Amino acid sequence: MSGLLSSSIARKFAMALSALFLIFFLLMHVSINLLSIFSEDAFNVASHFMGTNPLIQFLMQPILIIGVVFHFVMGFILELKNRKAVGVHKYVKNNGAANSTWMSRNMIYSGLAILLFIVIHFLDFWIPELKYKYVEVLPEEPTRYYHEMVEKFHNPIKVGVYVVAFVFLALHLLHGFMSAFQSMGLNNKYTKTFERCAKAYSIVIPGLFIFIAIFHYFNQ
Amino acid sequence: MMNLTLKIWRQKDANDKGQMVDYKVTDISEHMSFLEMMDVLNEQLVNSGDQPVAFDHDCREGICGMCSLYINGEAHGPDRGITTCQLHMRMFNDGDTITIEPWRASAFPVIKDLIVDRMSFERIQQAGGFISVNTSGNTQDANAIPISKHAADEAMDAAACIGCGACVATCKNSSAMLFVGAKVSQYALLPQGQVEAADRVKNMVEQMDLEGFGNCTNTGACEIECPKGISLENIARMNREFLSASLKG
Repeated sequence: MSGLLSSSIARKFAMALSALFLIFFLLMHVSINLLSIFSEDAFNVASHFMGTNPLIQFLMQPILIIGVVFHFVMGFILELKNRKAVGVHKYVKNNGAANSTWMSRNMIYSGLAILLFIVIHFLDFWIPELKYKYVEVLPEEPTRYYHEMVEKFHNPIKVGVYVVAFVFLALHLLHGFMSAFQSMGLNNKYTKTFERCAKAYSIVIPGLFIFIAIFHYFNQ
Repeated sequence: MMNLTLKIWRQKDANDKGQMVDYKVTDISEHMSFLEMMDVLNEQLVNSGDQPVAFDHDCREGICGMCSLYINGEAHGPDRGITTCQLHMRMFNDGDTITIEPWRASAFPVIKDLIVDRMSFERIQQAGGFISVNTSGNTQDANAIPISKHAADEAMDAAACIGCGACVATCKNSSAMLFVGAKVSQYALLPQGQVEAADRVKNMVEQMDLEGFGNCTNTGACEIECPKGISLENIARMNREFLSASLKG
């Protein structure tokens, strides 16, 4: 078992597991955000449930935070190990585009862009929410969520940052989703079908996040 | 006939800093192999009293796995499914500048010029890339064991790996997963190899990590550049074999 936890393959397996968990979380997140397009009340009900349900607040939320932190920390550890494996001498001429995609070669940079966005996102949404609930201990207002969110999308700079961040997320997913399956040893006759689904997911989900932000910006 | 400018990595020995040096070669036939073009350059260098460029080569028919040049930014050059000795000068044009470098990876240190030390691959093989055969006199005939055509074909495809190291050279992380995946798979797919399968994969992966190869990030570059077309499926198979062997203890 110690071999499993210290080996390169196990580290990649753990990275893949955390990635699939975060991919599932994105689906939940975009589903709730989408409600804001169709119904203010439905969005408020869903947000109030997510923000007050003890199971989500005290079990799922910490698991999510651990998942996010693990994925980033392990990503940086693997990057450092890989740089060490490459060594100090780099190729004078290296034609990476001849045999691999830009996304696959630059996961660390798309990941860094996403990390930066998560910091902004936490400062924008999560920290004020914690302050509201646990510092100022303000009364529960089940109808406040929609206006709080829409207000954030009135600022064109914030919308711009949001759009760019989700483009990076799409690029990250376009390689990362299928890569997770390969790291877990799943490469078989269904791989091509998986790949098509993963590509669709990687474009549609970030695309929906972008659409929601732009919709609220123009729907002021 | 072509006139070319060659930018070649020259390094006296393992401790030398090394540098790129420019050379001109003239009247190169498009029918020459890349290594024959290198021979022409070396003849030129020897005749002028200079040290010839050291590079690995042996069979010159794409099967031994010795030749190992990074040409114009690609392992084994700009063609697919070939080793450097099978690369022909018809892939280049008159007046071209060709950059020629050794494999780059911490686990493949340069010995001299374009020659790297690939003993790390041998040590991985020694860690488990074999089947222990009891030669007591009553060994069962391998042909008496039924094997499905599909498994036999897949094992044969994996066994086509010649251990040239192009996968490591082209990988942005210097990962050896395609090589080790092929060596694990060629045995894991056959009944003779399954007896020692768990120990084999654990020992070979452990040695791979000890040698300082990087982690696979599934860019797929190794599969594209592999002269023998070793599939990424072998990496996935090794991952499955390793995870299941490790969980069993």
